[in-house]
Amino acid sequence: MKALIELEDISKVYEDITALKQVNLQIHECEVFNLLGPNGSGKTTLLRIIAGIEKPTSGEMRFKGSRVENDNLNDVRLKTTMVFQKTLLFNISVYKNIAYGLRLRERSKKETDQKIREVLKTVKLEGYEKRPAKKLSGGEQQRVALARALALDTEVLLLDEPTANIDPKNVSIIEDALSWVNREKKTTMIIATHNLFQTITLANRAALLLEGSVVKVGSPQEIFTLPPKLLESYMRLENVFSGVSKITGEGTSLVDIGDGVRIETAFEKGGNITVFVRPEDIIVSANPIVSSARNSFEGQIVEISDLGAVVRLRVRVKTGRDFIVQITKRSFNDMQLNIDSKVFFVFKASSVQAL
Amino acid sequence: MPTTISSGLSRTLRLRHGELYLTAEIVEGLMKALQLIFSGDPTVIEITVRSILVSGSATLLSVLWGIPIATVLGLKQFPGRFLLKGFFNAMLGVPTVFLGLVLYMFLSKASPLGFLHILYTPAAMIIGQAVLITPITVSFVTNAIESVDPEIKDLAKTLGASETEASLAVLRESLNGVVLATTASFNRAIAELGVALMVGGNIAGFTSLLTTTIALETSKGEIALGIALAIILLLIVSAVSITINLIQRRRT
Repeated sequence: MKALIELEDISKVYEDITALKQVNLQIHECEVFNLLGPNGSGKTTLLRIIAGIEKPTSGEMRFKGSRVENDNLNDVRLKTTMVFQKTLLFNISVYKNIAYGLRLRERSKKETDQKIREVLKTVKLEGYEKRPAKKLSGGEQQRVALARALALDTEVLLLDEPTANIDPKNVSIIEDALSWVNREKKTTMIIATHNLFQTITLANRAALLLEGSVVKVGSPQEIFTLPPKLLESYMRLENVFSGVSKITGEGTSLVDIGDGVRIETAFEKGGNITVFVRPEDIIVSANPIVSSARNSFEGQIVEISDLGAVVRLRVRVKTGRDFIVQITKRSFNDMQLNIDSKVFFVFKASSVQAL
Repeated sequence: MPTTISSGLSRTLRLRHGELYLTAEIVEGLMKALQLIFSGDPTVIEITVRSILVSGSATLLSVLWGIPIATVLGLKQFPGRFLLKGFFNAMLGVPTVFLGLVLYMFLSKASPLGFLHILYTPAAMIIGQAVLITPITVSFVTNAIESVDPEIKDLAKTLGASETEASLAVLRESLNGVVLATTASFNRAIAELGVALMVGGNIAGFTSLLTTTIALETSKGEIALGIALAIILLLIVSAVSITINLIQRRRT
């Protein structure tokens, strides 16, 4: 694979804070690269340097083999774009927001119109052209920001936790759009994320960042061989369980995660295994549920986190066997849940993924 | 004793008479003023047009040099930035006669800029008013730019903008503030008296403006023309503000 972006000994110091320490990384053409790390580990700074909006204190960045300097910074900027964690929109219509970068690239009106229709379709916002961008909901605004970046058809797309502050419905639209872009357009993507699912489903390679240094670079499979306790400091490890798996002979496996808690999966794989379930794939009820879902549990709520439109509950099935489930604020209020409330939850065997 | 009473009474009567006289004068003045406005009196039209042109040009000038200054003040960090901002803020309340005096000293025959021969011309008034309102333009626009999310500039750059194009994007985000600054500047210019009087000289048919004419005519006792021009002045100021308000409401 050809290296598209090469970072050599990149350091960044802000007055008395060292944000990056001698980072060496190569990003290949057409790959999806994940930056994993806790808050303050330098992910955003690294993306900003690659985007050409921040200058490293020392070190060198090469784009397609040529060193990025003041003279060619603008050219590199035209080939790269970024979606910020905090949604940033101009206070104008959706159309004009997306047209901004196209106008800088001197595209014709016809081309611009067509492109805008196309990207709005990708983020499922068809017909939103004339709406004032800042009047949309938070998730829709982030989708406009993504559409604006996609419209430019840049070689590199940088995403800084693109789904960190939005609700599950918008998250899945953005995830779908990203995998479509990677599949169809072969755009090189560098994504800073906490989201395990995005790493597994999207990334070819990932780097672990800690306190401004790259600790490990490798494929998601290699990353996930690290001990879960260590991994936990890099990403949100929710509903990740290790145990011994037995093939049932009916096309499924049963993973015993200890204390008699067994999770049924839709794949056949025996032996030691680590599996996970997305919190948003779990259905919660205040009463026992009869359903086709193969996994059915009951437990007690031990923690409630309010994330705005959604609420995350930590449900204890047995000591040390906690499941994180995510429900909308409305369901939460309707069910009148509280700490210590007894709840029932189910998820399909096919929602269980192996790491 | 009787003398005191009678003299007190006569004073009261005289005062009453004066009040009545004044009220009558105002009513009469108002009638004449409306007549002047609606009959399209040439003097009224001429003074109004000149006022709008002079203050409009002054506003244009202040915007022309004020916005670049404000953009630098709002977006760049440099030594002395704080002092410069403080200077413009302090100059917001500069007395117009003081500024008029300073400009007079600069423009009069024997002074450094005397060779321009612009004292007592509309050009002097335009420059004077432009200097007067520059602090308003600069301070308002700087504030507007500073209130825009600083990351907007980065955003513009990631979309392919150069340094200058990114600054323009920030300026566009602060458009409401820029419009407000321009309106406030124009209104201050057209309503000021000191500068226009001292460097314009209120020469009839040449440098007389709404404010200078109101002052002169009233002091001469020609209250009708004064009222007519004052009404027009108020109308212009309100019309500008309302129009801008409506445009802004439609935009958002």
